[in-house]
Amino acid sequence: MSENGITTAGGAHDGSGEALRPHAEVAFAHELAALAAADDRPRPERWRLSPWAVATYLLGGTLADGTVITPKYVGPRRIVEVAVTTLATDRALLLLGVPGTAKTWVSEHLAAAVSGDSTLLVQGTAGTPEEAIRYGWNYARLLAQGPSADALVPGPVMRAMAQGMTARVEELTRIPADVQDTLITLLSEKTLPIPELGQEVQAVHGFNLIATANDRDRGVNDLSSALRRRFNTVVLPLPATPEDEVDIVARRVAQIGSSLRLPPAPQGMDEIRRVVTVFRELRDGVTTDGRTKLKSPSGTLSTAEAISVVTSGLALATHFGDGVLRPGDVAAGILGAVVRDPTADRVVWQEYLETVVRERDGWKDFYRACREVGA
Amino acid sequence: MTGVNGTGPVLLGVRHHGPGSARAVRAALEQCAPRAVLIEGPPEADALVPLAAHPEMRPPVALLAHAVDDPGRAAFWPLAAFSPEWVALRWALEHDVPVRFIDLPAAHALAMADEEPETGERPEEGGTAPGTGTGEAAGEQGASASAAAVRLDPLRVLAETAGHDDPERWWEDVVEHRGPGRAARSWGSPRASGVESRGGVESGGGAEGGGGPEADALAPFAVLAEAMAALRAALDDGSDRDAVREAHMRLRLRAARREFGDPVAVVCGAWHVPALARAAARPGSGGSPAPPTVAADRQLLKGLPKVKTALTWVPWTHRRLARRSGYGAGITSPGWYGHLFEAPDRPVERWLTKAAWLLREEDHAVSSAHVIEAVRLAEGLAAIRGRPLAGLAELDDAVRAVMTAGSDVPAALIRDRLVVGEVLGQVPEDAPAVPLQRDLARCQRTLRLRPEAAERELELDLRKETDAGRSGLLHRLQLLGIPWGEPARSRGGTGTFRETWRLRWEPELSVRVAEAGVWGTTVLTAATAKATSDAAEATVLAEVTALAERCLLAGLPEALPVVMRALADRAALDADVGHLAQALPALVRAVRYGDVRGTDAGALRAVALGLAGRIFVGLPPACAGLDAEGAAELRGHLDATHRAVGLLGQVAEETGAPDRATVEPPAPPLRERWAAVLRTLAERDTVPGLLRGRAARLLLDDGRLPGDGAERLMALALSPGTPPADAAGWIEGFVGGPGGGLLLVHDERLLALVDGWLTRVPDAVFVDVLPLLRRTFGGYDTGVRRTLGELVRRGPSGGSRHPAPGPADAAAPGFGPGLDRDRAAAVLPTLRLLLGIPQRGYEDEDGRDENGRGRDGSERGGTSEGADGVGNGSGTTGTEGAAPATNEPTGAGR
Repeated sequence: MSENGITTAGGAHDGSGEALRPHAEVAFAHELAALAAADDRPRPERWRLSPWAVATYLLGGTLADGTVITPKYVGPRRIVEVAVTTLATDRALLLLGVPGTAKTWVSEHLAAAVSGDSTLLVQGTAGTPEEAIRYGWNYARLLAQGPSADALVPGPVMRAMAQGMTARVEELTRIPADVQDTLITLLSEKTLPIPELGQEVQAVHGFNLIATANDRDRGVNDLSSALRRRFNTVVLPLPATPEDEVDIVARRVAQIGSSLRLPPAPQGMDEIRRVVTVFRELRDGVTTDGRTKLKSPSGTLSTAEAISVVTSGLALATHFGDGVLRPGDVAAGILGAVVRDPTADRVVWQEYLETVVRERDGWKDFYRACREVGA
Repeated sequence: MTGVNGTGPVLLGVRHHGPGSARAVRAALEQCAPRAVLIEGPPEADALVPLAAHPEMRPPVALLAHAVDDPGRAAFWPLAAFSPEWVALRWALEHDVPVRFIDLPAAHALAMADEEPETGERPEEGGTAPGTGTGEAAGEQGASASAAAVRLDPLRVLAETAGHDDPERWWEDVVEHRGPGRAARSWGSPRASGVESRGGVESGGGAEGGGGPEADALAPFAVLAEAMAALRAALDDGSDRDAVREAHMRLRLRAARREFGDPVAVVCGAWHVPALARAAARPGSGGSPAPPTVAADRQLLKGLPKVKTALTWVPWTHRRLARRSGYGAGITSPGWYGHLFEAPDRPVERWLTKAAWLLREEDHAVSSAHVIEAVRLAEGLAAIRGRPLAGLAELDDAVRAVMTAGSDVPAALIRDRLVVGEVLGQVPEDAPAVPLQRDLARCQRTLRLRPEAAERELELDLRKETDAGRSGLLHRLQLLGIPWGEPARSRGGTGTFRETWRLRWEPELSVRVAEAGVWGTTVLTAATAKATSDAAEATVLAEVTALAERCLLAGLPEALPVVMRALADRAALDADVGHLAQALPALVRAVRYGDVRGTDAGALRAVALGLAGRIFVGLPPACAGLDAEGAAELRGHLDATHRAVGLLGQVAEETGAPDRATVEPPAPPLRERWAAVLRTLAERDTVPGLLRGRAARLLLDDGRLPGDGAERLMALALSPGTPPADAAGWIEGFVGGPGGGLLLVHDERLLALVDGWLTRVPDAVFVDVLPLLRRTFGGYDTGVRRTLGELVRRGPSGGSRHPAPGPADAAAPGFGPGLDRDRAAAVLPTLRLLLGIPQRGYEDEDGRDENGRGRDGSERGGTSEGADGVGNGSGTTGTEGAAPATNEPTGAGR
């Protein structure tokens, strides 16, 4: 099927030294090669690496020949082990998590390590049609020759089935329910019928599917239990420690800031720490010292939102202040992130202000700033 | 090696509570059929052994040793169905083989625990913990924790030697998961054998694996003993406690050999095996160092401290076996161990099926297909992690990924119900009395409070020490569910230092005492444990508040922090202001009780303040958009909160400013904040009239509506645009309840406003408003109603009063202008006497005070002209009848 031009998407990365963001299998080609060379464990059919090596690729480590494998995912080891084992037992894998928990990142690297190709991708949107998952037609040929294998344009999943590769579906819950249903037979029967040709594509060993979904946007297009049953679910957690999260936020803010031509703000570290603390406490429903429980607001308060609060605060400080990130710059952003539901969340936020922030040493100015904004 | 095939005593080193060890012990006993079984445990328990065969005996149970004089000093030896010791005990009983316990007598162990807070068992095989029990009972958790941390963990060393980071998992892999019963299957799969060559102790794996099902049941023990011997040789073991215990074990072992000959079996922690092996060895066997002599052992045991102890069996639960609760036995997953022990085969499949059944009962959709996939995933995970069999970690991951779709809630359910489990042990009734019973009897003696079947009343004056002790005991027993005394209403009213109890000792209360024995060995510790557990289980905020109150009453300072913690947590998560408002009064009461009884209620006060803060935040939104019923309910909460805040503010004041001579103490921020909330309520349009009126009234009563604030609010509420029903609600809130009538009587401006509004109410609506008004005014005292009617009938003096409000010429209705000072002076001496004002000096102020005069005047009006007043109709009819009459003058006056 490759001669009808479909593989150009996959083949494009040959000359991708210039790409803004190279695919995982290109960027880490040397690590994958070193792992493949060192890996003497049994590999499932058509896998580039053994499950053990795939886990090492994601979690990092040092090989016997001295090659250092950088960690791709920083988080609990068991999560990666469950994910890899799931793929090895030819069950589909569903990565769940709030936005900004590296779902896509993990799925890309898993596909790169298992199949050496992370480009068999279906991007889920509200308008994703069935053709994007199964197959479409080259209409010129279809009109000229009638239905034939040549006129068929296979989708990424169909190609993965035929070649025994790993397909990826991003944002599964954004795809309309009827299109999601296409996946059910595909995953349980491992076959894709083409009634127009009276043929079918049967999945060969090595085929599997990784889907990602956001578990906070409920009610978008919730998975039917029939489909859910076809997946093993792995929930990717938020950063485990405050230090991790402060680090992630600070790093991302620096990256975004530089592209927005904002000056770096090393003095703002305290504010960043504060934003992260507020977000973590409200998200976890308990204060950092573990002594006071809190109500959680309806918003997700993910790391990504903390990043955006700090970035906009930085912009405020740069353009309207003295360039130093101060409580007043982040207060409005925090309020906006926390109070999504005007009544319930406002109570949550005020309770938090009055019971926690008010009493905390060194938070007086922040408390005042929040009171001003919230009044 | 000693102990094989009857050439000497058989030493079965086990891991306490290890199901694998238990299976192995049974197999070994079956194989060598000893003539006596020696078990690590207190020798005093020998007499209790036959009870283990009692049909009503059901594990988990625990051997409980306690000092006779001081039941608080106690130690537990918990035994579950899967404990090797229990298995050995039951085997011996089934085969009529004598059982001897060989550990150091509890008499010494308890006495020694007092001297050194050493809690030594943990470093052994992570197993039973008589020591831990003692440490906990003595309240020395801190000391025991640090001591245990310092001491060496031999299992960890073994596991690390084998390249495992987690000793528990290592032990599971090499022993627990490889019981002889399952060996064939495990080795049968190529994956497992591959693993075997990689991990663990090669000799151990080899010895077990090579043999298959018909392997020598003693082989694993021999290998384990060797490993332990190497370990003990390598590590300098300096524990005196172990040396003493092992000396005693050796002496008992020698005595048993004299009595029964060589074929005896010893079941003890693997750590002790080398020490016993040296004593058990034949002199000529060589290799091992010279065994300690009998004399040396006796020397070690000389002069040990001793206390009089009593032993009994007590029921135990899986939950208490788990490490995190009280007398933990050091195992986190008793349910899983029980499963491993009981499951005849396929532990993984059976476990996941169990999990599926549990989830189905809880209405999660889990099909057989889920179980199949979970099994596949668990086995795959075990392979990728290099384990011979899927363990708990793999099963947990599999359940999460496949069955619960990543959700933590069902996973927590499985942990609670399956991994820990809800198994409850049972002990036959003829087991010796529990220490709690003795402690209760002791308390009854010291407090001279005899249990009597006849009912009698007991008056307690809490200022007396004995009475306070009695009250504490009765409250503690109540907490424990032993209702010996029922609190009755005090005759002396609601004084906080007086209590009345109705006492009656029913025979079944003894049973209750025995049941309560699981909570602790003394009334105090048991009540504390029970309160702590109750706090954790309570679902509704009010329950926890009540519990806090009871903790204070019962004098349980140690339970209080836990209860407070639970209280703060529940309060933080409870979104219903009504619940919070319900909880606050009891809490404030508790704060005051605490003060009366001299308990430190600082923590309580902090929680109460936090709760009040949450109410302040939540109340305004909660008051918006309510129907009549909801408003009435919230009005009750409003009143209760107001009272509570007043008390709480007082408490804060008393601690802050003991000098109460000042007329108006600086208002504490708490009350200020509450006043701000009330002000918000009083002014917010979306709040129902009833609540707005109530808030205004509360503000007025507190003197926080300066000048004509009340009048302004009332005018606003009763202005023509307001729906009459809402306005009537406002009136009910403002002047309803006690004191409301007098307010109207005293402040004619308010009365005139009500009056004016009432005349404006259209006829059609009047009928709707009438019940509300009737409810409001019907609640007043007859005298007040009569006076009101009187005032209304006479018509307001507002016309003359408002334009010129100077006090000198303003006149109460029915009186001339000015004040007749001579007549007023005649009342003053009596008034002084009543009010207890000693010296003169208030006269002039009194004379000018408008309110004072108003009261004076109205009272006189009421009494002198009451007979021909409005009549005996209700206040409403009076008002109604009077309304048209007043209409004209009001209009004319303005």
